[in-house]
Amino acid sequence: MKLSDNAEEILEALWIAVEEKQLSALDPHNTGIPLDDPAYRELAERALVEIRQGMVYFRPEGRNEGRMTIRRHRLAERLMMDVLNIRGEDGDYKACQFEHLLNEGVDVKICTMLNHPTTCPHGKPIPPGECCHQARADGDLGVVPLTEFKSGQEGEIAYIQTDDNKKMQKLMAMGVLPGNRIVLTQAYPSYIFRVGYSEFAIDSNLAKEIFVRK
Amino acid sequence: MAVDGKSQDTSLHGEKQLRVALVGNPNVGKSVLFNALTGAYVTVSNYPGTSVEVSRGNAVIQGKSWQVIDTPGMYSIHTITEEERVAREILLHESPDVVLHVLDARNLERMLAMTIQLIEANLPVILIVNIMDEAERMGLTIDLELLQQRLGIPVIGAATARKRGLDEIRAAIDSYITQPRIERRFPYSRLLEGDISEVVGLMEGEYLLSRRSLAVLLLQQDEEITEMVRHREGDGYAVLAEKVREKAFERRDSFHLDLSLQRNSIVKHIIDGVFVSPEKRVITASERLSNWSVKPLTGIPMLLIVLYFGLYKFVGEFGAGTVVDLLEKQIFVERINPWMVIAVKRIIPWEIIQELFVGEYGIITLGIRYAVGIILPIVATFFIFFSFLEDTGYFPRLALLVDRLFKHFGLTGRAVIPMVLGFGCDTMATMVTRTLETVRERVIATLLLALAIPCSAQLGVIIALLSKAPGALAVWGVCLLLIFVLVGVLAARVMPGEAPMFYMELPPMRLPQLSNVLTKTYTRMQWYFLEILPLFVIASVLLWLGKITGFFGTAVNAMTPVMASIGLPKETAVAFIFGFFRRDYGAAGLYDLQTQGLLDARQLTVAAVTLTLFIPCVAQFLVMKKERGWTVAGGIGLFVTLLAFGSGYVLNKFLLLTGILA
Repeated sequence: MKLSDNAEEILEALWIAVEEKQLSALDPHNTGIPLDDPAYRELAERALVEIRQGMVYFRPEGRNEGRMTIRRHRLAERLMMDVLNIRGEDGDYKACQFEHLLNEGVDVKICTMLNHPTTCPHGKPIPPGECCHQARADGDLGVVPLTEFKSGQEGEIAYIQTDDNKKMQKLMAMGVLPGNRIVLTQAYPSYIFRVGYSEFAIDSNLAKEIFVRK
Repeated sequence: MAVDGKSQDTSLHGEKQLRVALVGNPNVGKSVLFNALTGAYVTVSNYPGTSVEVSRGNAVIQGKSWQVIDTPGMYSIHTITEEERVAREILLHESPDVVLHVLDARNLERMLAMTIQLIEANLPVILIVNIMDEAERMGLTIDLELLQQRLGIPVIGAATARKRGLDEIRAAIDSYITQPRIERRFPYSRLLEGDISEVVGLMEGEYLLSRRSLAVLLLQQDEEITEMVRHREGDGYAVLAEKVREKAFERRDSFHLDLSLQRNSIVKHIIDGVFVSPEKRVITASERLSNWSVKPLTGIPMLLIVLYFGLYKFVGEFGAGTVVDLLEKQIFVERINPWMVIAVKRIIPWEIIQELFVGEYGIITLGIRYAVGIILPIVATFFIFFSFLEDTGYFPRLALLVDRLFKHFGLTGRAVIPMVLGFGCDTMATMVTRTLETVRERVIATLLLALAIPCSAQLGVIIALLSKAPGALAVWGVCLLLIFVLVGVLAARVMPGEAPMFYMELPPMRLPQLSNVLTKTYTRMQWYFLEILPLFVIASVLLWLGKITGFFGTAVNAMTPVMASIGLPKETAVAFIFGFFRRDYGAAGLYDLQTQGLLDARQLTVAAVTLTLFIPCVAQFLVMKKERGWTVAGGIGLFVTLLAFGSGYVLNKFLLLTGILA
């Protein structure tokens, strides 16, 4: 069963305290969630943490859960910044709400879409998940801008990322739509790609806004 | 270039004129079809976006008289560019009886999205699946019968360039107006349908397009449509606008994308089983050639070969050399002129009038001789070269090759067409600058054309002129190149506006059809000749008037200090006054001065550079004014004049100082 939001926040704080600040336990005062909150009991009942003398300690199972929770939080931050272009406090706040939705494989999809990032926007490490190890083993590039393709490489269009509506419409008129196959036939001096039976030339400004996966 | 409009709403008998409009993506063969239906001629090319104007022509189809309207290419009913807007105007306001949507068989999937929009708009659409021959060559099969069933409109396969399918198209146009139309709807997702019907429910006005399609356009925040609806709805508009605002806001993140994706999935559904592509991609010879032309390593040598044989050998040596020699020297100077002089002197007793026709600046001895003997062969060979290249599909490839370079001048590779065309005729090229995306690009291109791109006529004369003094041609070339780059880079810095973006469809490379190249050259020549011949005649008359009234002498005297400051004898003023009418006219004037031995190598070079940079011909100036408005045209004119004489001054000092060409 899924943990409550508060329980996830506590796990994150505990993970940061133990793994990144090298403390032995977490003081509930630093979490903003008082010790009488049911979330603590929830975590203790699931044998993820232990509470002794008002301090919170990891149990072995909890450590892994904490790792995954912090991973989801930082992935959410990346998503806010890289894709949705929401930055600053607003981004942090939205990431906090968003992370709780990244369960049951959604985190894998987002991680893949973001191309298995290793650090959050604040420069802290994102613990790698299964998908990251898998991608590394396969040498999979993941979702990259078209500019990263080699000429001759074929892939699928993942998404278009642009603030400019007209650019978006132009690309769509060329058949650049998520899900369509695309072949990059040349990368210099201009990018030439083929969608269906049409060929187009674009400059690097447009090419870097088309995101593709192999 | 466009066929002139006989666009009356009613025919002679007072009946309503039947109208058929051709729409579709750029470069799918609309103009070829237009020519085939009307027997008229609009410029056809293998270059996307060549039809910048609406052309109208008349055709008799199964005994009925029709007006055929050819529109610039459009990708979608929701328009982005100026040409698309022009095309949509026809659909919005002219209520054509039949709309032929022409598309490229190979790109059925991409282009059908617009067919869906046209059907949705409740327009009387016939779908022409064109370029079937090339699709077949690539191993594609298209089940037109099934497509027709699924779309609910007539579908015709054609290869208009090969005259295939024309009879079927005519028959379909004729029978379409007699048959009742079935309304066909392609539903979007439930949510989008909900939003559309909420908006439609608030619309009261009468429209030529369906409310459903207008509602979608309103949600896409199409300004022109919003304005039209606001006008049409009157008092009820406020509520409608509020609803549209609300819905558009809800969908602000990705409405365009959602809509495209939904249309794409509708299309995918429609072509499932209709469009079958071969297991393995067939790589044709033209694709291989295309690959060579776009790789710098092979593309640049290819460009040089094209320029060497096309421009230097064909236009330069053959056109400006062999043909000019033949026409100007052997025919005009040796035969026609002496004969005309005798004839005119016999008919007209007054010496002054004789002068007008056969004198120093006579209409025949100077005007017609220049126009026909010197300018015509050069321009004709250039247009043959240009039209041939245009039809091969080489220009879009050249555009992508030079895009990076052109970005430094604030232009994109797209500007390569007006720039190359400028070497043929700057006036025509200035007109073509309207195919550029932004006003900023258009202004920069207009300026560079006015300043540093010599037209073929002028180029021919100047090269002939300067090749006699060794080194002079090199100095001239380096000067022009320097000024082109300098002004281009500066203009890119100074001109406000965003950096332009480059995108271009690459049409397949084709071997041009000789007849098409010749017809195109012919229409361009015709346009050119009608434009220049009167100017040459007027120039002759004005020069004659100037001479007999003495004004000319005064003007030459007035210009003497200017000429002196750039180290030229006062006689060159004559060439500059000529040059105001046409730059090549001026250059040809220099040619005469040089034959008289009045100029040394340095003076010749300074004069040639100044004259090349100097004000564009009257015709180009008029087109500049028409395309860019008085302020910009005037500004460019002033800038060009000052820069021309300024450069002449600097070059003269430089040459004197360094002793080059001494």
